[in-house]
Amino acid sequence: MIVTELTPFAEQFERLSQDPAHFPDWVQSLRQSGRDRFHQVGFPTTKWEDWRFTPVTAIAQGRFGSGPENSATSEITEWVAQASLADMACRLVFVNGRLQPGLSQLDSLPAGLTVGGLADDLEADGEIATGVLGRQANIEHSPFTALNAALFRDGAAIRLADGVEIEAPLHLIFVTSGGGDAVCSQARNVVRIGRESRLKLVETHVGAPGEAYLTNSVTEIELGEAAQLDHHKLQSDSIAGYHIATTYVSQAASSRYRNHYFAFGGALSRNEIHCYHAGEQVETVLHGLYLVSGSQLADCRTRIDHAMPNCVSHEVYKGILDDRARGVFNGKILVYPDAQKTDAKQSNQALLLSDDAVIDTKPELEIYADDVRCTHGATVGELDPKGLFYLRSRGIPESLARKMLIFAFANDVVQGLRVESLKRHLESVLLADHGLPSV
Amino acid sequence: MLEIKNLHARSEDTEILKGINLRVQTGEVHAIMGPNGSGKSTLAHVLAGREDYEVTAGEILFNGKDLLELSIEERAAEGLFMAYQYPVEIPGVSNKYFLKAAINSIRKHHGQPLIKTSEFLELLKANLAKLGMDKSMMERSVNEGFSGGEKKRNEILQMAMLRPRLAVLDETDSGLDIDALKIVAEGVNALRSPDRGMIVVTHYQRLLDYIVPDFVHVLAGGKIVRSGDRTLAHELEAQGYAFLETEPASV
Repeated sequence: MIVTELTPFAEQFERLSQDPAHFPDWVQSLRQSGRDRFHQVGFPTTKWEDWRFTPVTAIAQGRFGSGPENSATSEITEWVAQASLADMACRLVFVNGRLQPGLSQLDSLPAGLTVGGLADDLEADGEIATGVLGRQANIEHSPFTALNAALFRDGAAIRLADGVEIEAPLHLIFVTSGGGDAVCSQARNVVRIGRESRLKLVETHVGAPGEAYLTNSVTEIELGEAAQLDHHKLQSDSIAGYHIATTYVSQAASSRYRNHYFAFGGALSRNEIHCYHAGEQVETVLHGLYLVSGSQLADCRTRIDHAMPNCVSHEVYKGILDDRARGVFNGKILVYPDAQKTDAKQSNQALLLSDDAVIDTKPELEIYADDVRCTHGATVGELDPKGLFYLRSRGIPESLARKMLIFAFANDVVQGLRVESLKRHLESVLLADHGLPSV
Repeated sequence: MLEIKNLHARSEDTEILKGINLRVQTGEVHAIMGPNGSGKSTLAHVLAGREDYEVTAGEILFNGKDLLELSIEERAAEGLFMAYQYPVEIPGVSNKYFLKAAINSIRKHHGQPLIKTSEFLELLKANLAKLGMDKSMMERSVNEGFSGGEKKRNEILQMAMLRPRLAVLDETDSGLDIDALKIVAEGVNALRSPDRGMIVVTHYQRLLDYIVPDFVHVLAGGKIVRSGDRTLAHELEAQGYAFLETEPASV
């Protein structure tokens, strides 16, 4: 443990502890445990099994501060406008992990939906956060979860009452920008979906182009019985930025959680999703697409705890890697002894466009029940030679045929989305980077 | 238009074609029949340019050009079209985009102006109607989730849109019920023309009741062992391919 690594974070922690008025005691105690844990273990190294392919030395040496207080600059307003999507029910904007009411759009919220900043919720009586915040996100799970517990100041607090279905999605935009200083954003989000309710959530991460900032967010989601959440995350961080995010989901009986993750930005990104089945007849769908080039590293991890019988999980992750980019996929599926009739499918497909691109893919199936169906598959390769031949045999030149197949590979994930404006936005991203010319 | 001379081809270490000679003139329909493993499909794929096969001897002239020197896409642009026995699924690319890309790639090859969208849509509509295909299939991904019959119709649709000079139909009848077979055959017959040649590769005589060939060739052991007119197909139907073993080849 190198003491200097902690210094900028220790300063932030000291400042937060001297300002206890905002947070109830139980939060201060969570904060203290997070700090102690992080102090004890420090940043992970590549000697840790879970971090073997993902070196975080640059983050450890980054000296990230908490950033300026009032951040509504014209540039930030512009980035928010670019990230905004049509047809959203409301929009919450966070800059460096803190809610910016001036940039947010919270008028005419649908009935039954409560949306706001976590800090405000905690300052009141913690109506949304109490019982959820810190329940799933075990500080011992990862040093970054501990660090977030120690340093979070704000984030989204969302609650949907029982029996409410909302069609228009809720949009969370996270902007990170230090205006020249190395800054970190440690957002903490809490989402509670009531019994038989449905919500769509879109989470967008952007930041100052070229800035080397750190995002370290933790999200805790609880789905009530027969609740449904469509959770989309679009990570378009600065190409020099570091993005660490962990999402914990607890699903009651008959609930459905769908996560669609799209990773384009970041020098290093690591997205972890942990889903726990707390009841029967639960469905979990995890889809992901990462497009990386240059020397980017994208690490995608999922863990599904099939703790109950008769649950289904379906997982597809796709990656396109160019130049010297690296990809890591780790998909853990744990089937508990009682979880009979589990149906779990997992697939990871990576397309390597250059000889120097690398993917490390590891499915981890631990099955302790005997009457289950679990399948996993990983394909790493180049474009399908049969498809390429077929297109060329119709007169299409090889270069265009290759573009078509790359676009098709990625577009397949986008077409599964149920939010039109997001679909169009992603199509335009794909068209710009790997797109099809007009023919 | 097509002249194949002493063509030898192999896949890895196995020689599959052992000296094929064939001439196809414009306006002619040639059927190539033969038992499984005789090299029928290999011949079709070698013509289209499949890189899995290595041509070890012989030559192929296509409208005076050395076909073997042309890339896969150049062959198509020069007017060669193979209808696949197993059309490939391409999830994520719409049929419409694919067809337009193919038409315009070929036009570009010939230095012609690109097709107008309205003209393309009109042509597409007319051809879809002829083949009894719903226009919604054009918004779907290429061949993805299509039934066997839909895939074969989609091949004929591409042929109708691209209007090749030489069409090679590889086992187009396989997996089709009689109704689908009739529709596909009608589509093919509509494209018979004095300035187009066709090679119909098939295992069964059934298809040739609907697409009546001018010439029939029997391929066995990598060589054409018999050639004749359409009555040869009936002879094969009656006797099976077994007679090949008992009668000497008469070419």
